[in-house]
Amino acid sequence: MIEVKHLTKHYGTFCALDDISFSVGKGEVVGLLGPNGAGKSTAMNILTGCLSATCGEVFVGGADMREEPLKAKRMLGYLPEQPPLYPDMTVGEYLRFVYELKGCDLPRDAHLAEICELVRIGDVFCRLISQLSKGYRQRVGIAQALIGDPGLVILDEPTVGLDPKQIIEVRALIRTLSRRHTVLLSTHILAEVQAVCNRVLIINRGKLIADEQTDTLTRMIEDGICYRYGIIGPQKDVLPLLRRVPGVKEAAFTGEYDGEAGIFRLTFAPGADCRKAVYYACAKAGYPILSAVSGGGDLESVFIRLVDNSDGHA
Amino acid sequence: MKAIYKRELKAYLTSPIGYAFMGIFFLLSGAVFAYTTLFSLSADLTAYFTYMLLFLAVLLPLLTMKAFSEERRQKTEQIWLTAPVRLTGVVLGKFFAALTLFAACLAVCSLAFLILFRYGEVKVAVLLGDLFALLLVGMAFIAVGLFVSALTENQLAAAVGTVGILLLFLAVSLLNDYIPVYWLRFILSGLSVFSRFRNFTQGVFDPAALVYYLSIAGVFLFLTVRVYDRRLRT
Repeated sequence: MIEVKHLTKHYGTFCALDDISFSVGKGEVVGLLGPNGAGKSTAMNILTGCLSATCGEVFVGGADMREEPLKAKRMLGYLPEQPPLYPDMTVGEYLRFVYELKGCDLPRDAHLAEICELVRIGDVFCRLISQLSKGYRQRVGIAQALIGDPGLVILDEPTVGLDPKQIIEVRALIRTLSRRHTVLLSTHILAEVQAVCNRVLIINRGKLIADEQTDTLTRMIEDGICYRYGIIGPQKDVLPLLRRVPGVKEAAFTGEYDGEAGIFRLTFAPGADCRKAVYYACAKAGYPILSAVSGGGDLESVFIRLVDNSDGHA
Repeated sequence: MKAIYKRELKAYLTSPIGYAFMGIFFLLSGAVFAYTTLFSLSADLTAYFTYMLLFLAVLLPLLTMKAFSEERRQKTEQIWLTAPVRLTGVVLGKFFAALTLFAACLAVCSLAFLILFRYGEVKVAVLLGDLFALLLVGMAFIAVGLFVSALTENQLAAAVGTVGILLLFLAVSLLNDYIPVYWLRFILSGLSVFSRFRNFTQGVFDPAALVYYLSIAGVFLFLTVRVYDRRLRT
């Protein structure tokens, strides 16, 4: 549905995107994940034709964005980070305006009614956009992107600034969209990707550092989890004991804790959960566990590892 | 283009700025008309059109100041940047919306001329030529206003900038006679908005002037499209 080849964007000497290539097939829900300032919005703007790349090509449904922009744009709907809404119009007027702007040939009223029902804005159809809450504005923004039934829907940070209930609603909506549209969304929230996407592209400092199925990413995150145990016992005895527990990949002493106890950092082998085994081993040897805290299973640590990996290969 | 045109025209008619423009336009036109014809017992409209030309340089920027700057500030421009439409269509849509409002105001003001037919002798051809000339000047001014509006996010800066450029256009015409350098005077008089307008007010249909005003409008509309073209590239 969309194909990106060697996309590069320079702002003066600053390189916002560095040789990014990927393609998204029909029916996929792909998350573009990265920390703030990684180049997500720049990428989105280039994909939708709001910005042209320094070099590289974008094809939407086979049409080159540079050569045939009208043809390419006809196949996509875009929700920018800030929904492009005119506050002086009512929702109905606005949607009819977008319908006309996009030059749709679907039956107008039926098409708009269908979209309104899908994103549930029927009850504010006659209200002025300036009077709508943030959640409704976001949904009107999504409705706007769906007009003309485009094959590809691109959403830039669709849940930013919404309250938790609205976030859940919008995510549910995106899952609904995926039945009919290919969806590409950007976010910096890992849980969002896990909740709605089946594939993840991770970019950092303008570079594409990972292109994984969501399952794979979830596994990588779980693999990255380490535990900090506070255990009472002599370091020279406890450490070998922990290392002998089957499934423990690494064990290290990291410091004193409450005088007599020490803190030990444990990493488990991929896929293994040895928390029970660690407990029994310590209990049997008579070393009481005072505390156990898990950490490292977050996006940042995955980033750090991915960045390390990509640097390692280079 | 049609969708943008309709939206813009409706926005003028639902926003304070549209009514402020119309109100001030009618007020000024009425006052100038009364002052130059009724009070001075004359059916000659030359003075009226000369004054109106000056006022347009201040009034029309009110109409165009929001056109692009507001869209840029609120980031609504992305709706038409990502829609399957050409930039030229968007610019023309906004241009014709402003022109329509201006022409409508001019038509309403022209009703006042009917009084002159009752009490004086009016040369219809001269009158129509004057109106046509004012419309042409309006087109050029609107195009300049759209261009300046595309350059900034700030409405006020757009308005002030446009007024500045338009007054400069007019000042060149008025001060031209005092410039001692011949070639400079020749070039400036070629660019002068005013001197060409004078031909029309004297009842002469001047095709060169028609081409001149349309070219100014065309050049500035083209530049507006280029502003966006360039922004897409940087």
